[in-house]
Amino acid sequence: MVIDLKADPKADPNITFARPKAFTDVVTHYCPGCTHGVIHRMIAETIDELGIRERTVGVAPVGCSVLIYNYFRTDFLEAPHGRAPALATGLKRVSPELILFTYQGDGDLASIGTNEIIHAANRGEKITTIFVNNAIYGMTGGQMAPTTMPGQVTATSPKGRDVNTAGWPMRMSEMLATLQTPGYIERVAVHTPQNIVRAKRAIRRAFKNQVEGRCFSLVEVLSTCPTNWGLTPCESTKWLEREMSPYYPLGVFKEPPEVMEV
Amino acid sequence: MTRILMKGNEAIGEAAVRAGGKYYFAYPITPQSEVGEYLAKRLPEVDGVFVQAESEVAVGNMLFGGAASGKRVFTSSSSPGISLMQESISYMAGAQLPVVLINIMRGGPGLGGILPAQSDYFQATKGGGHGDYRLLVLAPSTVQEAVDLTMLAFHLADKYRNPVMVIGDGMIGQMMEPVEFPDEYKEDPLPPKDWAIVGCKDREPLIAKSLFLDPYALEKNSFVLAEKYEQMRREEVRYENYKVSSKNRMLVISYGTMARICQTVIDELEEEGISIGLLRPISLFPFPEKEIHAEAARKNIEVVLTVEMSMGQMLEDVQKSVLGKKPVEFYGRTGGIVPSPEEVKEHILKLLKAKPAAKKTAKTAAQKPAAKAKKPAGKKKAK
Repeated sequence: MVIDLKADPKADPNITFARPKAFTDVVTHYCPGCTHGVIHRMIAETIDELGIRERTVGVAPVGCSVLIYNYFRTDFLEAPHGRAPALATGLKRVSPELILFTYQGDGDLASIGTNEIIHAANRGEKITTIFVNNAIYGMTGGQMAPTTMPGQVTATSPKGRDVNTAGWPMRMSEMLATLQTPGYIERVAVHTPQNIVRAKRAIRRAFKNQVEGRCFSLVEVLSTCPTNWGLTPCESTKWLEREMSPYYPLGVFKEPPEVMEV
Repeated sequence: MTRILMKGNEAIGEAAVRAGGKYYFAYPITPQSEVGEYLAKRLPEVDGVFVQAESEVAVGNMLFGGAASGKRVFTSSSSPGISLMQESISYMAGAQLPVVLINIMRGGPGLGGILPAQSDYFQATKGGGHGDYRLLVLAPSTVQEAVDLTMLAFHLADKYRNPVMVIGDGMIGQMMEPVEFPDEYKEDPLPPKDWAIVGCKDREPLIAKSLFLDPYALEKNSFVLAEKYEQMRREEVRYENYKVSSKNRMLVISYGTMARICQTVIDELEEEGISIGLLRPISLFPFPEKEIHAEAARKNIEVVLTVEMSMGQMLEDVQKSVLGKKPVEFYGRTGGIVPSPEEVKEHILKLLKAKPAAKKTAKTAAQKPAAKAKKPAGKKKAK
């Protein structure tokens, strides 16, 4: 097996792993063990597979992935904190031929941007949202998020999240799935190879829904943050499995409509 | 061109459509809700887009996304709603995106009231949101002018790649007046929109952003913005003179509905033998500083009076323009109170009585050529 990140896999059958065309050839700024890179790659592969790079526009969030626009060879908008679904709505409504995806963390989507995501989903905007949930604010230095687990120690919950004052972690996928408007909502994880394969399938589906003009799509990805969790990358995958998975069950919460009505 | 009777808010909506504003995002708020109601019916006729957003915060950000396409997007709102949009306005200014914002002002601060006011002057002209940026601000005083300036706003937004605000007090939105729309919409040529986010086919990817983590890059972006604001100061100053002449004992500075009330007062005082001129800023940014300075410096002018439906906001720009050449006085009502001509007149008379009467000499009358003094409009007339 040859690994050549700059090679074109189609040109050489011996090459099994290459850099997606939708990726730029740069080193990312993410911490060791962070799963943003894996999730970015799955999106880039999907864009390649669907042949939509030249009409895809990403909407970057505020948070660790604020610089995502440096890693994709697609047009990008850089949104204010939490507002990515509103920007995507604006551009998609004006230019419906474009493929719009937002990439948002849990502080961005589940805290400051709850209003925007709920209403984009409820209007059934034909956009794709990749929601990366790592139960903490990463970029600002590890503060408590709405998705932080009960008892989890963070910079702003030094004695652990107290559910009596901070409430319980918010399950955004379940909440959004209660909306009557058709949509596709699935929660996946990226802490094991099997889960990564499933996550890729969900992300592909979320983009395909939009290409086919079907519905609003959101994929929640349970992700790790070794730096701010204070764990090694390996311990982090175990912590995700042990602490997050039971509270945030994986699976499809809303199936897209089978037949698109035009 | 046909002349029709129309409510200000609806006329603004129609003007936007005529200028190619086909993409409207908004949230209802008094006293401008008729703009959205009109456009909800009108935009589908031109294959446009009407989106009623969940909040003005979302409106601003939908505009941000839509404006990145290079197509003409706009919104209308009133004071508290405009406050909620400040985040995205700052981002759009930073990312150099064109957008038209209509603000039909009501009384503030806070929830304030729903009656006409001019108390958003600071917010509109001094930034409003965070960071080093400016809006180009146009203030109509009639429904016809609201139409003309709304159409012009789209052109200027594209010309400068900057948000442009048309700011009217609630009276402009709510009153009905005869208006004319041009049969055919014409505008000067604009540079190509090579910055538009349309997908990266046949070109390198583009990013619409206001984030520059490198301080030198951020400073450079601010320099680019500052240069545009300088160009606006050179090319986009708009104002109208009313009965400005070398005989004037007082120069009144007022805009919007308030300026029309001042005109009534000036007419009455003229009949009583007291000569007063009105300089009405049409562009609030850029502000007609030099023009006000020149008029205020005239020998016969005893005092400059700023009249506003606020507690004195444009006043500061007038003071900055007059630069101490003459005393600058202020009269204003606020909270939805529109000053009556009687009370403005009373204040003017009080001010003039308090000052020594100007010495009338032959020299003073001949000081300025009559042709210039009679010039009805500023350098640029709103098209």
